[in-house]
Amino acid sequence: MGKLHLLVVDDEPGIRSGVLRILENFSVSYPFMDEDFEFEVSMAESGEQALEQLDAKRFDIVLLDNKLPGIQGIEVLEYINKKEMDSVVVMITSYASLELAVKATKKGAYDFVPKPFTPKELRASIETITKQLFLRRMTSRLRDEGKQVRFQFLSVLSHELKSPLNAVEGYLRMMQEKKAGEHIQDYMEMIDRALFRIQGMRNLILDMLDFTRIEGGKKSRNLEPVLLCEMAQQAIDSFQPLSIQRDIDIYLNCSRKISLLADRQEIEIIFNNLISNAIKYNKIGGRVDINLSRDKGTVTIEVVDTGIGLKPEDIERLFGDFVRIRSEQTKNISGSGLGLSIVKKVLDLYPADISVESTPGQGSTFTVVFRDQ
Amino acid sequence: MLKKEKKTILIVDDDTDYLFQLKAAIEEMGFMAITADTQKEAEGIIEKTKPDLAILDLMMENQDTGFILCHKLKARHPDVPIIIASAVTAETGMLFDVTSEEEQDWIKADLFLDKGIRRDQLHREINKLLKI
Repeated sequence: MGKLHLLVVDDEPGIRSGVLRILENFSVSYPFMDEDFEFEVSMAESGEQALEQLDAKRFDIVLLDNKLPGIQGIEVLEYINKKEMDSVVVMITSYASLELAVKATKKGAYDFVPKPFTPKELRASIETITKQLFLRRMTSRLRDEGKQVRFQFLSVLSHELKSPLNAVEGYLRMMQEKKAGEHIQDYMEMIDRALFRIQGMRNLILDMLDFTRIEGGKKSRNLEPVLLCEMAQQAIDSFQPLSIQRDIDIYLNCSRKISLLADRQEIEIIFNNLISNAIKYNKIGGRVDINLSRDKGTVTIEVVDTGIGLKPEDIERLFGDFVRIRSEQTKNISGSGLGLSIVKKVLDLYPADISVESTPGQGSTFTVVFRDQ
Repeated sequence: MLKKEKKTILIVDDDTDYLFQLKAAIEEMGFMAITADTQKEAEGIIEKTKPDLAILDLMMENQDTGFILCHKLKARHPDVPIIIASAVTAETGMLFDVTSEEEQDWIKADLFLDKGIRRDQLHREINKLLKI
């Protein structure tokens, strides 16, 4: 059984003892909580006493009357916020005052309990607060440990990884059971498809590794002057097999040496993703222009393709995790849906921005602007 | 004696490999298979024909494509049994199962299956739903 510390601040003894009595044998349970919580009630009869107690001990919940002799409830609330105490504050009010309600909510009060209250009302309110407190602490703990709740991400990842596995397994079973004939030639298309799906899965895993390194913030960064033209050329070279296969000409326009203080691996990720996209989503026989330039205080990378282009509503979604623009044209293009979200995450580490301009059917331009640090 | 007509099964999945494989398996079980690899194509088919059973992928263009198709199909043909096949399962914490009446009422599908299901199991489930 967990214990939550509750402080009731009220100058009326009846309210203080009432709260004590009502919460004495009360506990809150919640499906997500490992244990039930009960309450240990402390009492203060003035604002000054409340501040003393708050300084001496951590309280999870503070039930606060506003009308107190001496300093007012709202000032106690301000104190709690100023000291950034991890307490949920509930105001107890004897009359409904809209003005106070607004003021207190602005200052971070979580709830109001009208006075006088019935045991049922108080318990209901305390139950809600306990759950809220629990969720708030759980999320902040997970955030501290670097384990964000990535429920959505994991379910999509699982889908993206299992689909190719199922497809490859399916083809192997068909071959095992000789569904298409006695000869290996009868299965060439299935073998090609299986290899294609395995390649897609490999890309996804590589992207995933980039992604988790950046997401987790674990990757050690090494900022050094990086020559962008060279890096761009390397990326172009590495995609040569793909560009030849698709008959796409790539032009690098880089008039002079441009150096950028950056992490090489991160620049590689940016070029690799933008250039491979420009090739993959291009039309056969199309072209890609990579324009690098330096202006006062900025370095600009522009990747221009003559591909299928993007609709305005698709551009908005483009940088999300696992977003793939699905259409008749992209159906047979293998992609993890992570590339651009990785690029975006990398750029967030710099003073840098990425923007997209596109005309469906004509092509897209991805522009990255680095501002001097 | 009249030849008994083959039952028709609609399969919807955007994974064209899976679609191809499932179609082959369904035909081998002795059914007719109609396939669609987009939500739109599937909606077109539902408007024109009434299959005896449908197997829908859950996540396609949109993550809820399966549910939407399921809803539309049931609205038009309440008596057509629907299987939702998904590659998303328990390890993500997203447990899909239709067991309680409340869930069935809400999701409308008759059965949820993992895509990795063995063919003979799938055949049994189809027969059960078609009352063969």
